[in-house]
Amino acid sequence: MAENLSLFASIKERCNEKAIIARQVTCDNILTIWVHREHFTSLLQFLKNIIDKPFRMLYDLTAVDERRRAKKQENPESDFTVVYHLTSLERNEDIRIKIPLAGDYPSISSITDIWPSANWYEREIFDMFGITFTGHPDLRRILMPRSWKGHPLRKEYPARATESGPFVLEDQMREIADRDLEFHPEEWGLQSRTEDTDFMFLNVGPQHPGTHGLLRLVLQLDGEDIVEVVPDIGFHHRGAEKMGERQSWHTFIPYTDRIDYLGGVINNLAYVLSVEKIAGIKVPDRANVIRVMLAELFRIASHLVWLGTYAQDLGQMSPVFFAFNDREKIFDITQAITGGRMHPSWFRIGGVAHDLPNGWNKLIRSFVDYFPKRLKEFEKTVIRNRIFKARTIGIGAYTQEEAVEWGVTGPGLRSSGVEWDYRKKRPYSGYENFEFDIPVGKNGDCFDRSLIRMEEMSQSLRIVQQCINNMPEGSYKSGHPLTTPPLKEKTMQDIETLITHFLGETWGPVIPAGEAMVPVEAAKGSNGYYLISDGGTSSYRSRIRTPSFPHVQMLPLISRGYTIPDLLSILGALDFVLADLDR
Amino acid sequence: MKYVFIIAGVLLIPLTIAAGLIWVERRLLALFQDRYGPNRVGPFGLIQVLADVVKIFFKEDWIPPFADKAVFVMAPGILIATILLTFAVIPFTDNFLVLDSNIGILFFLGNSSLGVYSIVLGGWASNSKYSLLGSIRASAQMLTYEVFMGLSLVGVVMMADSFSLREIVEAQQGGWFFIPQFVAFLVFFIAGIAETHRTPFDIPEAEGELVAGYHSEYSGMKFGMFFVGEYLGVTLISSLIVTLFFGGWLGPAFLPPAFWFFLKTGFFICLFILIRASLPRPRYDQLMELGWKVLLPIVLLNILITGAILIYNSSL
Repeated sequence: MAENLSLFASIKERCNEKAIIARQVTCDNILTIWVHREHFTSLLQFLKNIIDKPFRMLYDLTAVDERRRAKKQENPESDFTVVYHLTSLERNEDIRIKIPLAGDYPSISSITDIWPSANWYEREIFDMFGITFTGHPDLRRILMPRSWKGHPLRKEYPARATESGPFVLEDQMREIADRDLEFHPEEWGLQSRTEDTDFMFLNVGPQHPGTHGLLRLVLQLDGEDIVEVVPDIGFHHRGAEKMGERQSWHTFIPYTDRIDYLGGVINNLAYVLSVEKIAGIKVPDRANVIRVMLAELFRIASHLVWLGTYAQDLGQMSPVFFAFNDREKIFDITQAITGGRMHPSWFRIGGVAHDLPNGWNKLIRSFVDYFPKRLKEFEKTVIRNRIFKARTIGIGAYTQEEAVEWGVTGPGLRSSGVEWDYRKKRPYSGYENFEFDIPVGKNGDCFDRSLIRMEEMSQSLRIVQQCINNMPEGSYKSGHPLTTPPLKEKTMQDIETLITHFLGETWGPVIPAGEAMVPVEAAKGSNGYYLISDGGTSSYRSRIRTPSFPHVQMLPLISRGYTIPDLLSILGALDFVLADLDR
Repeated sequence: MKYVFIIAGVLLIPLTIAAGLIWVERRLLALFQDRYGPNRVGPFGLIQVLADVVKIFFKEDWIPPFADKAVFVMAPGILIATILLTFAVIPFTDNFLVLDSNIGILFFLGNSSLGVYSIVLGGWASNSKYSLLGSIRASAQMLTYEVFMGLSLVGVVMMADSFSLREIVEAQQGGWFFIPQFVAFLVFFIAGIAETHRTPFDIPEAEGELVAGYHSEYSGMKFGMFFVGEYLGVTLISSLIVTLFFGGWLGPAFLPPAFWFFLKTGFFICLFILIRASLPRPRYDQLMELGWKVLLPIVLLNILITGAILIYNSSL
């Protein structure tokens, strides 16, 4: 995808001459513009509402601590940079707006009045970097505990336990932490009573069978009717982005598996694609097809977990066992091919870890033959069940506009009628060579989301089938010097390749300075790694854009006015993973 | 002396069946769900129940400090007591029964209404929001379903011309009531599932939503009593279905009457389990809607038609 210079020209024309500082060239060819902090809100307004074919989706919003960046290239002077990543579905194009900020604890105006979905992103930046957003309605920490000291993604914040000294829980700290646990509705922006109603507050989670993990929802109830939901997240936060800055490019791969822990290698794919983009590695065809094949198998596995647990959420007991049994069959395949089950960590920069084992095609073919019958069975017993329909049709519905506005991607977006799939719209890893359909819904309710996931499983199966039939010959790894680990046979040729191999194996590869993000269609929505390299052995900034974060942020909007059982139905149909939400 | 044996028998049999049911249910569910279920302790895992009982007796029986202690302790007892009392009027055979009461059916309906107290009080005394929501749901659900559970039996009473369960069975010698009273049978069965709050009517417990509903705060043997109470309820409803609609102990003479009774009851127990394995749970308001808008008119119609036919027949 070439960079759109005409778009840049039209922005330039529209904007105040002084507003734009510079245009930055990035490896992913996304138009990247540095804008003055005084003018950026009007520019964002323009891009969202006024421009022809507008950028309606706030795909990502993050920040970068630039203070220790070694190679700033030609970039403007900045201590902290706030990055707005917008997507236009009509144009099939992205744009990145960067705002340079000076000072140690800078502040910038909030854009929650332009995009309500910026709310959580801005809270996250505040939490992680200490940047304040003026005009934000509720600027609290979001991932870290309320009494946490420091902002973890700042460069001076230690990443290793050994750098931060021994941990002692003093009585005073404990008291503060205990006090934080007390519940006062007003702090959550909730009213205790109106003139004629006393509300009941129900604390769902962090330990609750219906939340699928450590998620806390504070419900304001009038009887069983939900007046307001306030999600409290961060219980599953593990600092994956900080780890990205510490691990080498290569050793970060296993961390990615555990972001969306049901998606397995799809996470690897999003990460290595971004790294390869910066390094300029072209992956051989065989590696691409292997990657696609495994990614699609994992998509089926992930959707199977969704199917089983969703039926369970709705009180149906058996499908979860059938679904997990079938998922086990997929794990048998991944185990034979990669050696791992849920978290194979099997993709490598420039290819995959090994070639396929002998007899792999028989193994997968037997699954491809077996699974369609099971899918029909699931369809009959779960999706076509009357009680299932009564529990899902018309529940938790949102419109196309709302979905785009709130940054919904994946099956959730398609259920509302938007035909948008990164595999089709921006083919990566050779998806353009496969035949498959994108199922699209109409109503954007829980039922449509379920139908789409069911159909996606059979479409994935189609792709896997094509992979078996058309697996190209050739190498499973690129010959590029930055491929990690490099192909062993090549290292014995001369001292230069031997040294490259040695360095790649010990320090890890040195990826040239640059930045890139390649959004992929993960099982739950769009996943992307926004990586910034300053020419070191590890990334300077690893921003992980995950689908669950905007999806859960949207929860209050789509569950107001429903009842508690509906909330469970809505939660299940969102299909989030807590590790994906909190990272 | 004979009465003592019968009473002991009637007390022991349901309790043993209920305990055994835990194993049966786990094994059957496993069978339906492509897994093994408990198969380690003893032959076919039969002793598993015993191990569970031993475990549950030795568990810490914790009463939450915020609970209303007296009521909290009493609630599970009420459940077990009302169900066991009802077994007194169930005729296992024509001579193996504790009490041949001429108000047998009313006695059952009265007891099952009392059983609601156990759940409402248990949820209320727990002083926890999840329990409270569970017991609110339970009381609404039970009130709804009691109404047409009672009404569904009117047809049977009219046909047998008696409230005594023994006489109802004897009245079925010419043909089991489930044929003329098929609609009533279906309604009673649905109401029975709701009464025992089994899936798909396990709304008061609704594991995914309310954690465990009204018994969230219970532990140890008090929880065990709720647990066994559920199985006792299943046994009771199954045996009532058999008594009211499937000719009780009646059956071909080559096997003893008691055998027929247990065989039929066992069939319905398995049906309860199969239903649990296959259906999702409707929403609470959908359940009420089904009750008031569909089932109630149906049973009323059933009473009308049964009465009309009876009057027509007697006038001939």
